[in-house]
Amino acid sequence: MKALPRIRPRTMQALAFAGLWALAVLVIVPVLVVLGIMVAKGWGELSWEFVSSVDTGLLAPIVGTTVLVMLTAAIAAPVGVAAAVYLSEYARAGTFVRLVRLAIVNLAGVPSVVYGLFGLALFVTLLQFGRCLLAAAFTMALLVLPLVITASEEALRQVPRGLREMSFALGATRWQTVRRVVLPNALPGIITGMVLSIGRAAGETAPILFTGAFLSLTHPFPKSLLDPFVALTYRLFVDATEVPGVAEGVKWAEAVVLVALVLGLNLGAVTFRARLRRARRW
Amino acid sequence: MRRTRQAFDEQLAELEQRLLRMGEFVETMLEKAGRALVTHDTKLAKEAIAADDTADDMDLEIEQHCMRLLALQQPMSRDLRTIGTVMKVIADVERIGDYSVDIAKTAIELAQTEYYKPLEDIPQMVEITRWMLRQALEALVAHDLTLVAKVIERDDEVDRLWYRIREQVEEVMQARPEVVPQAVALLLVARYLERVADHTVNIAERVAYMETGRLEALAPSHRTELEVGDEGNPDSGAEEI
Amino acid sequence: MTDESRETIQKPEGEVKLDTSDLNLYYDSFRALYDVTVSIPAQTITALIGPSGCGKSSFLRCFNRMNDLIPTARVSGDVRLDGQNVYDRETDIPELRKRVGMVFQSPNPFPMSIYDNVAYGPRLHGTQERSVLDELVEKSLRGAALWDEVKDTLRKSAIDLSGGQQQRLSIARVLAVEPEVLLMDEPCSALDPTATFKIEELLLELKESYTIVIVTHNMYQASRVSQYSGFFLLGELIEYGPTVEIFENPEDQRTDDYVRGRFG
Repeated sequence: MKALPRIRPRTMQALAFAGLWALAVLVIVPVLVVLGIMVAKGWGELSWEFVSSVDTGLLAPIVGTTVLVMLTAAIAAPVGVAAAVYLSEYARAGTFVRLVRLAIVNLAGVPSVVYGLFGLALFVTLLQFGRCLLAAAFTMALLVLPLVITASEEALRQVPRGLREMSFALGATRWQTVRRVVLPNALPGIITGMVLSIGRAAGETAPILFTGAFLSLTHPFPKSLLDPFVALTYRLFVDATEVPGVAEGVKWAEAVVLVALVLGLNLGAVTFRARLRRARRW
Repeated sequence: MRRTRQAFDEQLAELEQRLLRMGEFVETMLEKAGRALVTHDTKLAKEAIAADDTADDMDLEIEQHCMRLLALQQPMSRDLRTIGTVMKVIADVERIGDYSVDIAKTAIELAQTEYYKPLEDIPQMVEITRWMLRQALEALVAHDLTLVAKVIERDDEVDRLWYRIREQVEEVMQARPEVVPQAVALLLVARYLERVADHTVNIAERVAYMETGRLEALAPSHRTELEVGDEGNPDSGAEEI
Repeated sequence: MTDESRETIQKPEGEVKLDTSDLNLYYDSFRALYDVTVSIPAQTITALIGPSGCGKSSFLRCFNRMNDLIPTARVSGDVRLDGQNVYDRETDIPELRKRVGMVFQSPNPFPMSIYDNVAYGPRLHGTQERSVLDELVEKSLRGAALWDEVKDTLRKSAIDLSGGQQQRLSIARVLAVEPEVLLMDEPCSALDPTATFKIEELLLELKESYTIVIVTHNMYQASRVSQYSGFFLLGELIEYGPTVEIFENPEDQRTDDYVRGRFG
């Protein structure tokens, strides 16, 4: 077999860089293209009035989505962080822990529409919440729970083992160590995970489809947790598929707002984490 | 177990070899001095005397080598004892060299004198002490405690010869006053040789410490006897042989 | 007349602070310590030497039950502090770790101020009053020979200190809980010689008030600071006795080979 021609290392390196760069561009380009198309098509309809008016504008969906994600966070955070703390700090290797982890992985893979159906069955029907913010929030919380647990656990793991050892060696109980050393230092990571979950929650449609989202001109804002609400994603879904006579531009504009919201949340998460990291080095 | 610190081991071996060479050198001085005395060989005696400078140089060199090893190698346990032992032993060897010089000087002094009787005991002492020096140093290099014991045994022989010479000299000085000068000189030579033997015993004892790590004088009772014998105790020495 | 042969594990004079009998330590099926029986005297420095991975650190960690943190670790035999078995069911572990403090190889300061680092231990055990904490912090920092260097910058982050200072801070942290025993696991391994000497000086002072056991892979350090030394090899305590004897004339050939650096 003939030997391959020997390529000089320097040439090889240049080739490799070029190749990798090209692949990276390949990833970014579609995103930019999509964003570009969205903005281009929706630009016409975008205006302050569009965003802030109640009747034809997006104020109600924006408020609805905001309240939804806050509730979701309020439910998912304690449960998720506690689970992460348990898994990271307390659990001893064994069947139970393996089952828990298996469950988390599976939860992460469940399609969101299944969550919606589950939420309908459990929260709306069985527990008789009815279609409302509460049911939707609980359903959404379930969806983001694996995210929160994984991100929190990762953050907890990042705390160097030596710090825990030190704390124990000084006579701390496990809980004291978690409370005083581990959690405070894992906070940036945990919060980042939370914000990413919020971003996810803001962008999902299926889970709220059956559990609480609706469109209403008479009751755009929910008066209590047990009221249904208007959400951005649902609004977009309906406008894009069901309601006749909606201008193209409007649909795209709504998409832009939604994407802007989620992107904004993600960017916020990243910036926040960076700032916290700089303040708390180890 | 694979040996590490091979370089250090080699340096220790070299140190021991240097000591052996110094020992051989001084032994030669002793041999020449002894022969010069018996054969009235002034030239030989002068050779022995001149060699002392070299012996002193060797002493210094070996000492410096030891200091360097101590500073650079941080020796512990047996290695530390070895180096410490070598440092003390070269002092004993150097003293033996000095005694050889004294004997050689006596040889020059007595070059023209006809001995009142042929020298037998003194050459015998020279031979034994040469053997003791050789064996003591061999014991150090070979880490052999049996040689140590043998050296210490023969010290008794040397002492017996010393006492015998002393008695003879006392007798002859009373009987023939004209030989007093040579008798006194020869007595001193015998004394030098007895001291040489003591120094080789020191060396042997140091080797025992090096090996066992326990500071013990191997022949304490022996030493006390010696002191008592010097006071003129009639029970000392001269019965047998 | 020859000496009687010395015992390879000697019983030290004076009050015994820590002792073990037939201590065995297993990580799952791996046996890390074999029947270790030894008595460690009070208010002295005992050094544990031996090649890497031979059990010295594992042994040290038995005294404050830090091995409990390793799920696969299993202990059999007795480990006693002032005669009391620390592996008793009734043992209060946080209390034990208060009495038996530990300093590790990496200083690992908490990402807090110097003050908070030192006050961490006392706060754990309930001390909240500011004035009490202030006093304790100063006393501990003085005890660790660090006070003069940091007294004006107690609020600064501990991370900004140099390696040697951080290690002394670790010592201050431990002193703050007012222990009786100091266990040190290679405390100077990560430090330069000057910092090392400073800490050795400190140890020689501290031994007046504390019982110190120090694991070190640097046997010269052991010979400099300790009064008693124990040689570990493959999980076995081969020899234990006054440092002077271990280094000048050890009983066991293996100890001898080790201190002379002739180990393969």
